[in-house]
Amino acid sequence: MADIHASVQARAAGQLLTKPVLEVADLAVSFDNASNPGAPRIQAVAGVSMSVFPQQTLAVVGESGCGKSVTALSTMQLVPSPPGRVDRGTILLEGTDLLSLTEQQMLSVRGGRVAMIFQEPMTSLNPVYTIGDQILEAILLHQKVTVEEAIERAINSLETVGIYNRLKERFKSDAMALKRGKSELLDEYPHRFSGGMRQRVMIAMALVCQPTVLLADEPTTALDVTIQAQILELLRDLQRSRGMAIMLITHNLGVVAENADVVCVMYGGRVVEYAQVFELFDRPMHPYTRGLFSSIPGLQHRLRRLTTVEEVTGNPAEFRKLPGAERGVIPWWPGLPKEARPPLESEREPYCLHEIQPGRWIGCWRTPELAAQGSRRPELDYRRDS
Amino acid sequence: MTASPVDVIEPAQMPATSRGGRANINRLGIGLWLLLTLVALVALSTPWAFGEVTLSGNVSAPRWAAGNLQLSLMPPLWMADQADMERAQKAREAKQYVPAMLLGTDRLGRDVFARLCAGSVISLSLGISAALVATAIGVFWGAAAAWFGGRVDSVLMRSVDVLYALPSMLLVTLLGVAVDGFAERALGDFAPTSRQVLNFFTMLVAISGVGWLTMSRVVRGQVLSLRERPYVEAARAAGAGTGRIFWWHLLPNLAGPVAAYAALAVPGAILSESFLSFLGIGIRDPLPSLGNLAAAGLPELNLVKGRWWLLVPPCAVVAFALLTLNFAADRLRDRLDPALAG
Repeated sequence: MADIHASVQARAAGQLLTKPVLEVADLAVSFDNASNPGAPRIQAVAGVSMSVFPQQTLAVVGESGCGKSVTALSTMQLVPSPPGRVDRGTILLEGTDLLSLTEQQMLSVRGGRVAMIFQEPMTSLNPVYTIGDQILEAILLHQKVTVEEAIERAINSLETVGIYNRLKERFKSDAMALKRGKSELLDEYPHRFSGGMRQRVMIAMALVCQPTVLLADEPTTALDVTIQAQILELLRDLQRSRGMAIMLITHNLGVVAENADVVCVMYGGRVVEYAQVFELFDRPMHPYTRGLFSSIPGLQHRLRRLTTVEEVTGNPAEFRKLPGAERGVIPWWPGLPKEARPPLESEREPYCLHEIQPGRWIGCWRTPELAAQGSRRPELDYRRDS
Repeated sequence: MTASPVDVIEPAQMPATSRGGRANINRLGIGLWLLLTLVALVALSTPWAFGEVTLSGNVSAPRWAAGNLQLSLMPPLWMADQADMERAQKAREAKQYVPAMLLGTDRLGRDVFARLCAGSVISLSLGISAALVATAIGVFWGAAAAWFGGRVDSVLMRSVDVLYALPSMLLVTLLGVAVDGFAERALGDFAPTSRQVLNFFTMLVAISGVGWLTMSRVVRGQVLSLRERPYVEAARAAGAGTGRIFWWHLLPNLAGPVAAYAALAVPGAILSESFLSFLGIGIRDPLPSLGNLAAAGLPELNLVKGRWWLLVPPCAVVAFALLTLNFAADRLRDRLDPALAG
């Protein structure tokens, strides 16, 4: 609790917290088309911008293949190359461009300042090593500490993710047995752990070096709902106590509503809407976002069938609902027929991210008017208070 | 004992292996016990079979090489008749070398049992070392191909394909001849002992030079699948470098299939050594091997006087060795497979 107050005070004092810790600007990543060498490269990410502030959770949502994971992997420079290639853009981590770092320099960033947790807890741990070995590896790769200190840190780290809760209950009165049990747990192999426990171990590994940014690529998709809630709550607690920024990649809009501060909706390798979480859920503006939300099955409405995203985005009336539609702000949509588009300044890069109202960005077709207005990169220094 | 209907089997009480209780009876497996017995027997016979014996006067030779022409084609001890005994007695009186004749003697009067023991040592050690060398080359080759991918992969694996396309026996023969010729040119005329050592190493090079092909394909496939595993990506995300991922994360996961395949490669190598020696292009007389012992025994198996003791023992040892090694390899594979192991 004290940490929360500290952060509130720090924010009030305007200390450094207003500067984004991770800034992705105009990132474009493409892949070789292996099955058809003559074809153009597949543009997985086409000019994505987003920023994460300390203690903020930025949720990146969108359907499969919209470029969420590629954006996260590019941040870690983990996109396999070839076939992958970063075409343009910058990724600033506390002011340094990660894309300009050498592989050797990246080694200290990965797992050190930026950590990542993956979707599959069942297979993200190496089956032939004990969890202790794997956490120690993470520590010893980044910190110059003795093995004893590293073991201490590994135990502390497992402590914070709540691995020992059951053990503590069992050895409530026996401190020695508890201590022994804690270090014995380090010698267990991953297959002895349940999915939730393994994901906790993964989180412990990711957090053991005190990263400033955590990239969570669908961290709860493989887990059941109760564990999901536990893990997300755990991440939130750790974020509070450590001032860590989280980029949360997910399909699950429920998870977003519960955990995110700012939401970045992506489609087809572009950001289509970028907004504060409550505003977005109350009033989705971009037709794609509306389509995405309307395809969530609800209990209140008795529907014959679910609405699909295409049904919303295929409806020209939807595109006129946007404030400013009369001023030529037409949401960007790949399938939008040419006559429905506003007159474009140039056909070469017709897409832009437009701040339609303060703190609210919409991907739209660039008209001469919009181009003249210029644009600010999406950044929203907002944290929900809970 | 009556179990109430609500009784539930606790996970801890369930059999440790998925294959039921039978696997618990003997966790090491009958194949491994037989293999250990075979190896122990062969090892125990080594000092005897390779020990020096006095021929006549001050000439001495290892037991497997020593022979007495007076005592050629003697039957095993328990089949010896009066005439055979007299022949042996006469030789003994003349202070000549008399073999133990447990399994009789061959055409040159050499002790068949001693040659069988020495042949087993040579064949087994050749098989094991050839499998080891083949494994080392195969792992290196396959892992390099899969790890670097692209052009390196193409070059390395196409060369494997080309070598595969050649009949392996032809390849072994060519390699053997090449090594022999090279040694001859480099070393000139040299002592029979070193020629025998060279013969052994030629066979080692030839058999392992063919045996690694399959291993490299197995390893390449494994590495290709392992490098895409989430834990490799997770390790990369944790800041592990390429070398660390290869040595620390990939190779240990490779150990299971590699060990299992290497274990299966040992009987394979023994079989090809025996086969080559049987054809006369492998281990060459006087050096005994299971193959050339059988080859020497085959012409003695005629209807007039069937000297089976020259042919049956080496064949039986080969059969026993192959059977036990295959059992053991099977067992090893099961044990290393986490899905089958307890």
